Amino acid sequence: MKELTIIVTVKQVPDTAEVRIDPETNSLMREGVPSIINPEDLNAVEAALSLKEQYGGTVTAVTMGPPQAQEVLEEVVAMGVDRAVLLTDRAFAGSDTLVTAFTLSRGIMKLGTFDLIICGRQAIDGDTAQVGPQVASFLDLPQVTYADRIEIVDDCAHVQRSLEDCTELVKVCLPALVTVLGGINRPRHPSLYNIEKACDETCVSIMGAGDLKVPASMLGLNASPTGVKKIFEPERTTECRYLSGDEKEMARTLINHLKDQSIL
Amino acid sequence: MDFEPTKQQMMARKIARGFAEQELEPFAQDRDEKMEFPADALEKLADLGFMGISIPRNYGGAGLDSISYVLIIEELARACASTAIIVSVHNSVGAYPIYALGDDAQKEKYLHDLATGRKLGGFALTEPNAGSDPASIETTAQADGDSFVLNGTKTFITSGSTAETLVVMANADRSKGGRGVTAFIVEKGFDGFSVGVKENKLGIRASDTCELIFENCRVPRVNVLGGVGKGLSAALNALTFGRVGVGAQALGVARCAMEECIRYSQDRKQFGKPIAKFQAIQWMIADMATEIEAARFLIFKASSLKDQGKPFAREASMAKLYASEVAMRTATKAVQIHGGYGCMKDYKVERCFRDAKVIEVYEGTSEIQRMIIARNTIG
Repeated sequence: MKELTIIVTVKQVPDTAEVRIDPETNSLMREGVPSIINPEDLNAVEAALSLKEQYGGTVTAVTMGPPQAQEVLEEVVAMGVDRAVLLTDRAFAGSDTLVTAFTLSRGIMKLGTFDLIICGRQAIDGDTAQVGPQVASFLDLPQVTYADRIEIVDDCAHVQRSLEDCTELVKVCLPALVTVLGGINRPRHPSLYNIEKACDETCVSIMGAGDLKVPASMLGLNASPTGVKKIFEPERTTECRYLSGDEKEMARTLINHLKDQSIL
Repeated sequence: MDFEPTKQQMMARKIARGFAEQELEPFAQDRDEKMEFPADALEKLADLGFMGISIPRNYGGAGLDSISYVLIIEELARACASTAIIVSVHNSVGAYPIYALGDDAQKEKYLHDLATGRKLGGFALTEPNAGSDPASIETTAQADGDSFVLNGTKTFITSGSTAETLVVMANADRSKGGRGVTAFIVEKGFDGFSVGVKENKLGIRASDTCELIFENCRVPRVNVLGGVGKGLSAALNALTFGRVGVGAQALGVARCAMEECIRYSQDRKQFGKPIAKFQAIQWMIADMATEIEAARFLIFKASSLKDQGKPFAREASMAKLYASEVAMRTATKAVQIHGGYGCMKDYKVERCFRDAKVIEVYEGTSEIQRMIIARNTIG
């Protein structure tokens, strides 16, 4: 078995547990909200590092974001990732999932050949689960989503997909892209041993629009076919209804009510 | 003058905080209750470099500076003060004296295993009749060929039953008093070395505190650390570094107590509003925040002096004294703010209160710290 060249995509996201919506402006109140690595991207990093430990090779982390997104790259280097690439440019601002995936794929193409791209299933700020599959599409790669196990056998990956009603075992030829679920593993902690490397200025390479050789018209907000129109908290109304009668009668009323609501 | 930690120091803190919140905090209460040694957490901490924080990389350590060290201990203590003291003792008075005073063969044999956490370190000075006055220790070391034979009893030894490599103080010539005190590296398996009573403590209960018994325990002469009769200065130097770590541990406990108060006082309503709206509570929390900040800067100052290779005994004592008393004051107010709930084991401040009291006492009582500070200030 040859050594693996693995690429992992990661995203810096606001810790959504801390985010509140301003009821007047319907916008996210991000002030003072800590930024974290998207949780399922940590699973992707762990999956990549485990494969590296098993088969040898290298792991490169790639992110697109503002300059402060470098923090998440430093953190994954502290987990053991070998090198990291930050795609950052004002021209990338406002990208939707399609343009983000396009930009990421152009950045990945610059890194040379690889065997496997591993992404988290989705990010907690958008919950779209689109970027992984879109990157695969732009790079013309086979993709396997919702993975909860990855094994390498010869030049293929055997990937177990955990779907709502079944489990699928998929054999896919490398190179390929896999998106992983949170349950695939327990991400390791970053290590004090790796701090020096993570804080070394040369540990993160930075690429801008110029490096990708892509016209500005294909990047950022203007190139994005979709946009967020409005963010709002769904209205929640609770109504408490007291049932009367004997037990059977109340049970019947409850069942009928649940059927009316299409819950049963 | 820059009060911000460097990028490396901030990353060290972040790594420690992440680990502590996930791996220590959820189990701390249970461990305290059952006096359960955090063996599994220590194994994970060892893999991540926490057992050789300030030991250079070529000996298997993480090679970080003392500011990183105290930031790490503070974060561990905020989640579990017991685990923090095990790590602190291991690093500062277990491994560090061997790094600072050991010869090449001793470093080769013992330091790598300590710095990588393969073995746990301990430090045995205190005896039933000697603690604050280390010159009066009664454990003897009788020279016999290429060995010394140790006899005596040590008490209140942190990680006493779990440590595998201990720095043990014994007097090789009692006629010389303190100048006879010698430091020995003792392995757990040496004949004549056994573990006595395991103490049931007020606080820091998950750390194992034991009596150690030396009955004709034969220690090779090559295990003398820093030279015969040089043990007292070795002990005091190790304890100086240890005090900074204990100060950081106190700071973590104080922060835990304060954070609990902030949360509780915003949730708890009396007279129709959260108690955080009352000035009586606000002032208590304001005092906690101010004292915690002041304690932190004393700890930073002592650590920074150590990193610069300057004397720091006075500042280390100030840091330990002030931070431990801040922890006690903060925890006392925290129990008060929590009212009846603060006296219940279900609330973290109850544990903070017990832990803080222990921290005021060990690694040199407040009175000993004041003595050292006075000696270094008045002359």
